[in-house]
Amino acid sequence: MSHRFLPYLWTCVFLLLAIVLSVAIGSVPIPPLSQLRLLADWLMRKPLPDSLQIFASIISAIRLPRTALVLLTGAALGGSGAADQGLFRNPLADPYLIGVASGAGLGAVLAMSVNWPYTFWGLMVVPLAAFCAALATVFVVYSLARLGKTVPTTNLILAGVAFGSFASALTSYLMLRSTGDLHRAIAWMLGGASQAGWSPVLAVLPFLVIGLGVLVLSGHSLNLMQYGDDQAQQLGLHVTRARTVILVAASLATAAAVSFSGIIGFIGLIIPHVMRLWFGADYRRLLPLSILGGAGALLLADVLARTLLAPQELPVGIITALAGAPFFLWVLRRTKNQGYW
Amino acid sequence: MLRIEALTVAYGARRALHAVSLEVEAGQVVALIGPNGSGKTTLVRAVSGVLPVLEGRVRTNGDDLLSLPPAQRARHLAVVPQAVSLPPAFSVWETVLMGRTPYLNFLGQVSLKDEEIARLALQKVEALELADRRVGELSGGEQQRVLLARALAQATPILLLDEPTSNLDMHYQISFMETVRALAHQEHLAVLIALHDLNLAARYADRVALLQEGELIACGTPRQVLTAELISSAYHLPVQVVPHPFSDTPLVLPEDRSV
Repeated sequence: MSHRFLPYLWTCVFLLLAIVLSVAIGSVPIPPLSQLRLLADWLMRKPLPDSLQIFASIISAIRLPRTALVLLTGAALGGSGAADQGLFRNPLADPYLIGVASGAGLGAVLAMSVNWPYTFWGLMVVPLAAFCAALATVFVVYSLARLGKTVPTTNLILAGVAFGSFASALTSYLMLRSTGDLHRAIAWMLGGASQAGWSPVLAVLPFLVIGLGVLVLSGHSLNLMQYGDDQAQQLGLHVTRARTVILVAASLATAAAVSFSGIIGFIGLIIPHVMRLWFGADYRRLLPLSILGGAGALLLADVLARTLLAPQELPVGIITALAGAPFFLWVLRRTKNQGYW
Repeated sequence: MLRIEALTVAYGARRALHAVSLEVEAGQVVALIGPNGSGKTTLVRAVSGVLPVLEGRVRTNGDDLLSLPPAQRARHLAVVPQAVSLPPAFSVWETVLMGRTPYLNFLGQVSLKDEEIARLALQKVEALELADRRVGELSGGEQQRVLLARALAQATPILLLDEPTSNLDMHYQISFMETVRALAHQEHLAVLIALHDLNLAARYADRVALLQEGELIACGTPRQVLTAELISSAYHLPVQVVPHPFSDTPLVLPEDRSV
C-alpha cells in the first residue's frame, strides 16, 4: 500500500522545500530556521521578539502573498495541463492549445490600451478583461468545433489553434498601435507576478478551488477518455457532458492563473509529463500530482527569476521557457522510445 | 437477447444502413459479414449508441437501449473493439477494471466485488497471468483478449464485437473465436460479431447475417447464407463453396480468375 502514497509524499516534500526557498530568498534573506521559529510563535500566538519583527512584516506583506500567488498559478497550470493532455489525448496539449491563453492575452492588452487610473479597481480591469476574454474564447472555440450534438477532439484543437492565431495577431496589432502602458503589457505577456499584496490571491482563490477541485474529481473520466470517444461511451461514460465539465474547469483554472500572472508557458506541458514518467498514467493520481508539482516548479522558477539578475527581476515566463524548451525536446525524443504516454 | 428493429443510419445524405432488422438470441453467436463499406462497423456503432440513428430501435427484453443514458446502456451491452492504438501505459488489471465503470461512482472507486468480477473475466479469457503487465507490452492477440475480458467485466447479457480477429494470426484467430463461442453457449450471451473472414464465420457462428450496401440481404445458418450465389454477388467476386474437409460447415473459396 505504501507505494500508493509515496508519490504524494515526494511531491509534497518538493513543494514544501520550494515554499521555504521562495520565502527565504530576496533582498533580505530569511533563513529557514527563522521561518520555522516565526511559524511556531505565530501558531502558539506568542509575541514576537524584536529581532524577528522585521522578518515577520516582510513575510506577511511581500514574500507570502507573492509565494501564494505563484503557488496557485503553478498549481492551476499543472492541473489544467494534465487535464488538457488527457482531454485531447495529445502529449503536446497544454492550457494554450485551445486558444485560452491567446484569448486572455487579447483581453488583457485590450484593457491595457486604455490608461486606467492607478487604483485597486483600475488595476483589476486588466485581469478581469483577461479572464472574461479567456472564457469567451472557450465558448467561441467550442461553438466553432461543435458538430451537431458532438464536439470532436480534432475539431476542437483545429478551432483552438485557428482562433489562437487570430487572437495573437490582433494582440500584436494592438500592441503596435497602442498608446497605453506598453511596458506593462509586455511584462504581463511574458509572465510575472507583478501584482503585489493579498488581493489578487483572494480574487483568484475561488476560481482555482472550483476549477482544480472538479479536475481532481475527474480522474476516472479522463482515464476512460484515453480509449477514445466511442469506447469511453460504450464503457458507460457520458462523453460530451464529461468533456464539457472538464474543459470548463480546466479553462477556469487557466484563465485565473493567466489573468493575474501573465502568460507562463511550459509548466502545463512539462509537469504532467514528468509526473507521468515517474508515477504512471492513472489520471486519478496524475491530476493531484501535477497540481502539487506545478506549484513547486513555478515557485522554483520564480525564485530563479528574482535572483539571477537581482535586484532586477526577470519575468518568470522567460525562466520556464528557457528551462522548458530543452526539456520538451528531451521528452519528445523519449516518447519515441517509450510507451509511457 | 438483442433485437434490432428497422435501424436506419445516414452520414449526411448518404444512407449507411437501411432499415436493418436482426435478432440475436441469448446463447447464440451471430456473425455479421459483408464487403468493406457494407455497414458492419456502422451497425455495431449504431447499436452501441455512439452513432446517431435516423430511425429504428434497439431492444433487449423490452428496454429501448438507444434511449437509455450511456451508463445504463453499458449494463446491457458491451463492445469489444479492434485492439488498435490502446492507451499503452495502463496495466491489464486497470484496463479490465474499467469494464466495471457502469457500476461505479464518478470517482471510479472499485469494491472487492468489482475486483473479483474482473479477476473472473481475466480467467475466462485465459489471461490472468497478464494482469500486472502494461497493455503496450502485449501482443495483438493478448490485447484482444484483454479487451474481451474488459467487456466481460461489464457483466452484460449482450456482447458486440467489431472485427476482433482482423489483426490476429491464425492461432490467435482460432483460439479467440473458440473462447467467444464457448462464452456465448455457457453464459447464454447474445453475441453479434462482425467478421471479415467468411470461413471463421462459417465455422464458429450459429447464424450469419450478410450486409450489402447497408441492407441486410440474407440471414440464416451458415449453410443458408454462405452460398456461392449470395457471396459472389455481394462481394462482386466469383466464389465456390465446398464442404469443409474436417467439419460439416461450408468453406468459401474465391475462384481463380486467371485460369
